[in-house]
Amino acid sequence: MERTAVPAPVPAPPAEVLRVRHEGSVAPVPDPAEALAVFDVRDLSVCYGDRPAIRDVTMQIRQGEITALIGPSGCGKSTLLRSFNRMNDLIPSARVEGTLRYYGQDLYARDVDPVVVRRRIGMVFQKPNPFPKSIYDNVAFGPKVNGMDVDLDGLVETSLRRAALWDEVRTKLTASAYSLSGGQQQRLCIARAIAVNPDVILMDEPCSALDPIATARIEDLMRELQESYTIVIVTHNMQQAARVSDRTAFITTEVDSDAGDHRSGRLVEFDRTEQIFRNPQHSRTEDYVTGRFG
Amino acid sequence: MTMHTPQVSARRAVAALDAPTSRGFRERAFAGLLFAATIVGVLVLAVLLVDVVVDGVGRLRPEFLGRYASRFPDRTGIRAGLTGSLSLLVLVALVAFPLGVGAAIYLEEFAPDNRFTRLMEANIANLAGVPSVVYGLLGAAVFVYILQMGRSLISGALTLSLLVLPVVIVAGREALRAVPRGIRDGGLALGATPWQVTARQVLPAALPGIMTGVILALSRAVGETAPVLLVGALFSRRASNEPWSVLESFSALPVEIFNFVSRPQEAFKVEVASAAILVLLALLLVMNSVAILLRNRFQRRW
Ligand SMILES: Nc1ncnc2c1ncn2[C@@H]1O[C@H](COP(=O)(O)OP(=O)(O)OP(=O)(O)O)[C@@H](O)[C@H]1O
Ligand SMILES: [Mg+2]
Repeated sequence: MERTAVPAPVPAPPAEVLRVRHEGSVAPVPDPAEALAVFDVRDLSVCYGDRPAIRDVTMQIRQGEITALIGPSGCGKSTLLRSFNRMNDLIPSARVEGTLRYYGQDLYARDVDPVVVRRRIGMVFQKPNPFPKSIYDNVAFGPKVNGMDVDLDGLVETSLRRAALWDEVRTKLTASAYSLSGGQQQRLCIARAIAVNPDVILMDEPCSALDPIATARIEDLMRELQESYTIVIVTHNMQQAARVSDRTAFITTEVDSDAGDHRSGRLVEFDRTEQIFRNPQHSRTEDYVTGRFG
Repeated sequence: MTMHTPQVSARRAVAALDAPTSRGFRERAFAGLLFAATIVGVLVLAVLLVDVVVDGVGRLRPEFLGRYASRFPDRTGIRAGLTGSLSLLVLVALVAFPLGVGAAIYLEEFAPDNRFTRLMEANIANLAGVPSVVYGLLGAAVFVYILQMGRSLISGALTLSLLVLPVVIVAGREALRAVPRGIRDGGLALGATPWQVTARQVLPAALPGIMTGVILALSRAVGETAPVLLVGALFSRRASNEPWSVLESFSALPVEIFNFVSRPQEAFKVEVASAAILVLLALLLVMNSVAILLRNRFQRRW
């Protein structure tokens, strides 16, 4: 596995930051009225080979908020999301440039272990991807590999309860996860992510394979989880972004005349969600959220 | 330009249902040809099988399995060959499984994508196609002479292990590759190390497929004659052939069959040889059935 690292322009804080929860060491917050910045993204670009997929993103993800990433297909939303928990490291051709700070610490510094990063920053994927094991084992896997010294049965139950799945599976915890419906599988994946007690949960179009009822359940769930976690969600569903998120980032594709005319994603506008939907500052944002484009 | 009214589309759709007869004929002729090709294969196999059964079934008695070879067709047996082949089976499995699966895991899950890796991959793929005599010569040179293991059971087992190793690696990699990416990503996203994900999720998910490949490779090893002859499997040795007496001389079923067939007496050449072939076929059939059972039992669940 290639470990891409960007030299930190300022000395990185000690690695302990990655092991503590919210009360850990804190980066200077630009606006004291705002919630604490969990991620501070500066001029972040991600390339596959020599082709940038998304360029020059600067934004802050705030604690306890739900941040939505919206934009047309292929603009680099998933790529950006994956750079938040270093899942891009798993793609050999992917390279990350710029800085990405997590509570002030450079996530891509050389001494940062991506395994620790992913433990703190969980992820739910577009397609439900339970392990080919029992429901119980799916939830217990994370705590086990992380050596969490807890009452596993209790933790499995709490996690399933918080993912609003407990009542449906309490009598068949030993059944295969594949015996669940798609929506149940996705909630199982959320339970699995919660079980390791992360700080942040990244969700890449978590409802795209689900019907409206299952989607509504997951949206309710997200609002509940917001009390304890910071959530970043990629969605193609404008109503969903408007319904659940506090802030919305609109990303779109641009042709780079300086780079052989190939296309890469840019962050166009990032603001409070009602601002993005009611009073966008850019015409392209307005076109997109009103459905005139993409 | 015709109008695309619903009526027109409907008429076209119905017209398409009346298949032109010429195409129908050609299709049927082609299907017939393919069927004939299948039948030829099955038929040849059936004739061979019937022939062997007719010749050999009369001699297939419990004593035949339990006795060592004798000069007299009525008193001979394949104990040495049978125990030898079973011992080889165990030893080859013990050597080839960990080595082959280990190599498959490395190549599939951990190897960096560079020229060296690609060179190794190409080599392994080619090794799977090398004739077994060559492995026999290699085994005779390396194990029997250089490493001074002599014409022993372990020389035979190591030679056969070399022979099946590429097949095990290739089968193992295929089984690992069939495990969807989402399972790896899901595990890693929970903060598991790549090794934990491999050991606890990917490998268990791939194991039925790996086992199928390993058993099929082993059944190939059991049927091989040339390599074991070259490293000195002996006919009719009263070798005890326990898998743990690895430095003793050994025999194997195909070697015994080879020897029965080369005797002048009809009784040996036809009847005894056929009976031994039946035993070997039964062994292979059992192994292949287990492989198929494993494959069907644990059909891909994703
Ligand atoms: N593994 C990869 N290797 C090479 N290029 C990739 C890879 N993954 C994505 N890309 C490219 O990067 C660009 C952004 O992809 P990404 O998946 O991030 O888009 P997205 O905004 O999530 O799209 P969608 O809404 O369709 O999921 C695309 O042009 C895509 O072709
Ligand atoms: Mg995407």
